[in-house]
Amino acid sequence: MPKILTRERLVPNLHLLEVHAPEVAGKCRPGQFVIVMPDEKGERIPLSIADWDVERGSVTAVFLVVGTTTRKLAALKAGDEIPVFVGPLGRPSEIAAFGTVVLVAGCFGIGALWPAARALKAAGNRVIALIDAKADYLVYWKDRYRSVCDRVLFSSRDYALGSKEFVPGPLERLLEAEAPVARVIAVGCTYLMYASAQATRPLGVKTVVSLNPIMVDGTGMCGACRCTAEGKTKFACVDGPDFDGHHVDWDELFMRRKSYFDDETRSLCRYEETEFP
Amino acid sequence: MAEDKKELAPELKEKLKAEFDQDWRKEQRKSVPAKERMKLARQKMPERPAGVRNKDFQEVNIGLTPEMAQVEARRCLDCANPQCVTGCPVSIDIPSFVKLIEKGEFLAAAWKLKETNSLPAICGRVCPQESQCEEVCTMKKASGVPVAIGNLERFASDFERLSGSLKIPPLPPPSGKKAAVIGAGPAGLTVAGDLAKLGHEVTIFEALHEAGGVLIYGIPEFRLPKAILKAEVDYLKRLGVTVRTSFVVGLTATIDDLRNEGYEAFFVGSGAGLPNFMKIPGENLVGVYSANEYLTRVNLMRAYDFPAYDTPVFKARTAAVIGGGNVAMDSVRTAKRLGAERAVIVYRRSRAEMPARTEEIHHAEEEGIEFQLLTTPIRYLGDEHGRVRAMECQKMGLGEPDASGRRRPVPIEGSEYTMDVDLVVCAIGQSPNPLIPQTTPGLKMGKWGNVEVDWTTMATSLPGVYAGGDIVRGGATVILAMGDARIAAAQMDKYLRR
Ligand SMILES: Cc1cc2nc3c(=O)[nH]c(=O)nc-3n(C[C@H](O)[C@H](O)[C@H](O)COP(=O)(O)OP(=O)(O)OC[C@H]3O[C@@H](n4cnc5c(N)ncnc54)[C@H](O)[C@@H]3O)c2cc1C
Ligand SMILES: Cc1cc2nc3c(=O)[nH]c(=O)nc-3n(C[C@H](O)[C@H](O)[C@H](O)COP(=O)(O)OP(=O)(O)OC[C@H]3O[C@@H](n4cnc5c(N)ncnc54)[C@H](O)[C@@H]3O)c2cc1C
Ligand code: SF4
Ligand code: SF4
Ligand code: FES
Repeated sequence: MPKILTRERLVPNLHLLEVHAPEVAGKCRPGQFVIVMPDEKGERIPLSIADWDVERGSVTAVFLVVGTTTRKLAALKAGDEIPVFVGPLGRPSEIAAFGTVVLVAGCFGIGALWPAARALKAAGNRVIALIDAKADYLVYWKDRYRSVCDRVLFSSRDYALGSKEFVPGPLERLLEAEAPVARVIAVGCTYLMYASAQATRPLGVKTVVSLNPIMVDGTGMCGACRCTAEGKTKFACVDGPDFDGHHVDWDELFMRRKSYFDDETRSLCRYEETEFP
Repeated sequence: MAEDKKELAPELKEKLKAEFDQDWRKEQRKSVPAKERMKLARQKMPERPAGVRNKDFQEVNIGLTPEMAQVEARRCLDCANPQCVTGCPVSIDIPSFVKLIEKGEFLAAAWKLKETNSLPAICGRVCPQESQCEEVCTMKKASGVPVAIGNLERFASDFERLSGSLKIPPLPPPSGKKAAVIGAGPAGLTVAGDLAKLGHEVTIFEALHEAGGVLIYGIPEFRLPKAILKAEVDYLKRLGVTVRTSFVVGLTATIDDLRNEGYEAFFVGSGAGLPNFMKIPGENLVGVYSANEYLTRVNLMRAYDFPAYDTPVFKARTAAVIGGGNVAMDSVRTAKRLGAERAVIVYRRSRAEMPARTEEIHHAEEEGIEFQLLTTPIRYLGDEHGRVRAMECQKMGLGEPDASGRRRPVPIEGSEYTMDVDLVVCAIGQSPNPLIPQTTPGLKMGKWGNVEVDWTTMATSLPGVYAGGDIVRGGATVILAMGDARIAAAQMDKYLRR
């Protein structure tokens, strides 16, 4: 079974998980994800690949603690084994010399977008990162982004990072200042991606988002991850996860992501009661 | 698609004849006159009561007792020209194993089965016997009721497993050759077993975290207990087969990568895992599942035991399952077991055209499943949370026969009506899984996305790469997948020793 090499808290509620998985590490491309199961009774959940190291044979993900599975993952330690760590799944993000690219990253997306940031810079782009967080102390990997990006900006709900605004405003101003921007790539919670796509739509700047519907197998076998993009039903795990954010049925995605709200709450209560009686 | 062969190969005929001519067989044949044998009634498979079993996931059929098995075996006429063998896609020597049961040599019967069928406990449970071996059994012509070959097959292999005397055949010296099997469904498991017994080093690569393919994620516990599959997989491991789960060939490594690692022969048994949808309005509403997702959640992920297991699944008041095959029956019976007050099959043709096994339809009826035949959904309606609440249906009439020989359903205008449902499962078929074809340049594909093979060798267009089961046939059966696998394994052995 794959062994955990590192499991640490990056900032409150966001954790890093580095797993020994040499075959997966050898194949990773930006934009791909793994499916993880924390224990034999656990659920299979997708996590984006935030980094990999072929020599160490390791793959890293960053996750936000939201429910039972991510709580179980956060309780694991280096040296523990997990039954499932399969990947790399999904189509890699498109990486090319586009010109100027703006990355909008929030929450676990700061980790998830890091491989693309690095690859886009190496491909010769002008790379600008707009990092969103509720507050300054919730931002991680600032130095990493500064090491490859031409500009790194922040939006937050406190003044610590300079502005007190959610993404759309700063993004619009950035697109104007940096025009022409060839594309925007937004990764993070569904709302951040939706808001970014809404902001860029009137300006006609292509906006790629990494959709995060509920998944089971991650290999195209079940259809749990159905999304509507470009007017057609797509399986996000094999047709995506990257899609053109201007052609995504966001209402459907929000709705399908909430499918199991009641069961998840029940599961979480049970977990909390057994772990912290 | 492959032609079912009706005439037995000459070598096989000879082999059957040699067994037939053994002294003990002659004596046993004579000991009870055919007339007496024909008077015996078919032994009914003991089942758990419908009203009990439709609330849990334990196996429906209990299995024949040794006494019953021997009576049933006595019914077999031990024909000189055994038709039953022609009906079995892998040509099991049926009279030999049945007669060993009659003689009381249950272990020997199990080993006889294993000579041709590596998964008899599974086939005995899920094979459509009534349309294969039992369909052509002479007893069916003579008395109207065939010998219960499937039940006997199940009996002998269960006996072996429960006796704890699972026999590991003597293995030949290692050939020093490596073979890769992609997919741990019945096709892949069979190839792996055959190649291991021939001395090759075999690794199975499986995308999911447990081996078994449809046998683990699709077919429910109440029809095929997981313990039986586990015993089969353990047996393969004892033969020296390595099983690498959570390994997606095409993504974790491609066939070319594996070649570079020293694998020389490949078997693609990746199945027909891509679920089809009808592309009608409302199909993406919450509560509309593919059968694959529904069954995977319940079987592989054990959602029937939520929240002890973390994966949830919807429990419905009224569940509608679209389709009429085994997959639909498994889904609808699962919905009933998860507490649905009404669990309904919605099928666009009539009972006569339903592709599901007779036994499954019968069990479903006993368990209180409703059937709405000659009906098709045309639209799903949701509530304010986007969850399915109703389904608009249309009645169908039957027109001329189509390519499959079944009468084509034609919609009846103005027959639309609405039915309240809070769960829908689409079980209208699967297509071949596209991952391997997409990531294996040069692999020749057929027009339904299936891998093309030479049916006599199961060789694909790439040297050393063979394929079988649902990836070449589309959705077929366990035994056909195994039949393909046996042919492929024999050819792979030749290829490895070339
Ligand atoms: C391609 C992809 C990449 C992702 N990458 C990351 C990442 O890098 N870091 C990160 O923190 N999160 C990521 N997610 C989201 C992550 O999978 C969910 O947060 C996680 O499944 C929650 O599980 P839980 O049991 O802790 O919470 P739950 O209480 O089960 O669920 C909380 C919410 O998470 C979502 N969710 C639940 N189960 C699943 C599932 N099986 N698959 C997908 N979503 C689910 C639902 O919207 C649900 O309402 C990604 C999702 C996808 C599809
Ligand atoms: C619900 C249901 C009920 C059925 N009932 C019956 C029945 O009663 N009787 C009967 O005879 N038949 C039945 N069938 C059909 C039968 O199960 C199939 O025909 C049979 O399983 C096909 O075997 P296979 O080995 O070709 O593929 P599968 O059983 O589909 O196995 C394929 C395996 O390959 C794996 N895989 C796919 N892609 C990759 C990859 N890229 N890398 C690694 N692994 C991969 C999959 O995860 C899977 O485990 C049923 C099918 C279903 C779905
Ligand atoms: S494998 Fe199937 S067809 Fe062959 S003898 Fe057994 S039950 Fe009959
Ligand atoms: S055809 Fe029927 S009666 Fe004859 S050998 Fe086969 S099982 Fe026995
Ligand atoms: S997660 Fe099952 S098809 Fe995408």
